[in-house]
Amino acid sequence: MGELHEKYLRMNKMPHIWCAGCGNGIIMGAFITAIDRLGYDKDEVAAVSGIGCSGRITGYLDFNTIHTTHGRALAFATGIKLTKPRLKVFVFMGDGDAVAIGGNHLIHACRRNLDMTAVIFNNHIYGMTGGQFSPTTFKNKSATTAPYGTTDPDFDIAQLCIGAGATYVARGTSYHARLLTDLIVKGAEHPGFSVIEVITHCPVNFGRRNNFESPAQMLLWQKEHGVAARKAKAMPLEDMEGKFTIGELYRSTEIPEYLEEYGRVIQAANEEKQP
Amino acid sequence: MAEAKLLSGNDACVQGALAAGVRFFAGYPITPSTEIANAFARELPGRGGIFMQMEDEIASMGAIIGASCTGTKAVTATSGPGFSLMQENIGYAAVAEIPCVIINVMRYGPSTGLPTSPSQGDFMQTRWGPHGDHPVIVIAPYTAREAYRETGRAVNLSERYRVPVIVLMDEILGHLRERVEFRDEDLVQEINRKGPDPDSTFLPYEYTEDGVPPFANFGTGYRYHITGLIHDETGFPTNNPVEVDRIMRRVNEKIELHRRDIARTQFVEVDDADILVVAFGSVARSAHEAVRTLRQEGKAVGMVRPVTVWPFPDEDIRKAAAGKKAVIVPEMNLGQMVREVERVVAGTVPVHALNRIDGLLITPQEMRDLIEDIQ
Repeated sequence: MGELHEKYLRMNKMPHIWCAGCGNGIIMGAFITAIDRLGYDKDEVAAVSGIGCSGRITGYLDFNTIHTTHGRALAFATGIKLTKPRLKVFVFMGDGDAVAIGGNHLIHACRRNLDMTAVIFNNHIYGMTGGQFSPTTFKNKSATTAPYGTTDPDFDIAQLCIGAGATYVARGTSYHARLLTDLIVKGAEHPGFSVIEVITHCPVNFGRRNNFESPAQMLLWQKEHGVAARKAKAMPLEDMEGKFTIGELYRSTEIPEYLEEYGRVIQAANEEKQP
Repeated sequence: MAEAKLLSGNDACVQGALAAGVRFFAGYPITPSTEIANAFARELPGRGGIFMQMEDEIASMGAIIGASCTGTKAVTATSGPGFSLMQENIGYAAVAEIPCVIINVMRYGPSTGLPTSPSQGDFMQTRWGPHGDHPVIVIAPYTAREAYRETGRAVNLSERYRVPVIVLMDEILGHLRERVEFRDEDLVQEINRKGPDPDSTFLPYEYTEDGVPPFANFGTGYRYHITGLIHDETGFPTNNPVEVDRIMRRVNEKIELHRRDIARTQFVEVDDADILVVAFGSVARSAHEAVRTLRQEGKAVGMVRPVTVWPFPDEDIRKAAAGKKAVIVPEMNLGQMVREVERVVAGTVPVHALNRIDGLLITPQEMRDLIEDIQ
């Protein structure tokens, strides 16, 4: 791993701002491992992020990086990919970033199927602002904006993306780090819009308020509640209560990639120009 | 050149942008700017460009910033409600110094307002829309011919100074079709942003003599970081008060440093005038007509028209107003530019506001009536 750090991270920006025990570093490690396996040239990778703890990842990655506005990373990324399609574009967002303030951009990015990979850090809380509940916080949890417990139902990000038309959707965790690398590699290789939801842990602003005594305990929770998608299919529904599927959840190659489709527009425009 | 065309202000904007090398447009439909999106959708794909209809104006603004990062000249167009939604990302472009152009075809507001009626209610918003001190250039054409030339100039200024430039139109100018005869001076040249010097170390936000750092397009071998956090010359976040003060002064002052190149003001029969009208956009068409007819009657009236409205042409207005009996500022709002004029003349000349907020253009007759009252 040390070698990969030197190769893909801006080591002069260390130490990072993430709290001790945070899952974000595990995701960053899985990501650079995936990039190394994919063999991408660093100059040909664009990393785009939103605002929040997850958004800080672009400061540490040694690629073409842009830290955008809250919720809008996908909009910026769309402009980058459309105008320089040879760049490999990765978009990093948190749960509040991707499905609260940026929910509209997420569903439309899924629908368009432009060849980019979104990695969503789902720690079920607004960490940077100090522990407010997000659209993925489960019911009856404690948050600074829910001192009497949360009442809102939560989003299933992966299912939301499948419903909106993403052509590759997977879910990993910060516990299953090797699986996460595999999923990022597959998502990047998929020709279309891919989403990797990562269940991760925020010990300081979620765990502390919700009876987790340590980051390790939160990782164990992921281990115990994440069920391989293939295994889950064979399980009775009631056994999945409170659990979530991990692995590749959806893949389709039937829907054309956006720029491929746009090629038809260019062709039609050029034909019209002919005398 | 001398070629005559029938063009609306909206169409002329598109032609001017294309002539300046714009190859990316992202937008969302909204009256009265929609024809701009329609025209880009028709024109861009056959010229190696991309037209993108986004899910809203926030995304449109984000997409043009992203496109600009790869070195592509990018434009969006909108009106009141959409322009309000764009403010956060306009502030981002200003502080991250990403070239881009926003065409705002003003309609009557606030809120949904009168979607098909003109207004000049966004004069202050174009300057102060995003939160925080920030640089911006705003250009307000008043004919279709000028919309062509000035949109081209807007693209070039944004490339040269790494700043968002707003083309401030209104419903009348956007929708009016007129005969446009292009002459040599209308020729739009293509100006590209300054790139890194291959012989020296690249600093993304370097302090240079002209106050404008070189821009490395994404995918050209310079791996660096762009952020809306306040950053130092390396592009990475800083909260060191010395660095913060230094960069934010440079970012804001670069506009003043190049005011001469950015400014454009039209003077009509100003020298021997007793009464001066200061107007911009469609209202200046009425003002021009009022001045013309009053002059025929032997009355000493003149007009100053800021084409570049922000930075506000302080010196031009101060000089033109010096020694006049009165200055009249007609606007289709409750008085926004008049505050700037009052600030500039600082009590040396009486300033009269003429405001109309019923969704209709101020007529030449209304201006004549006020001028005759004052005389």
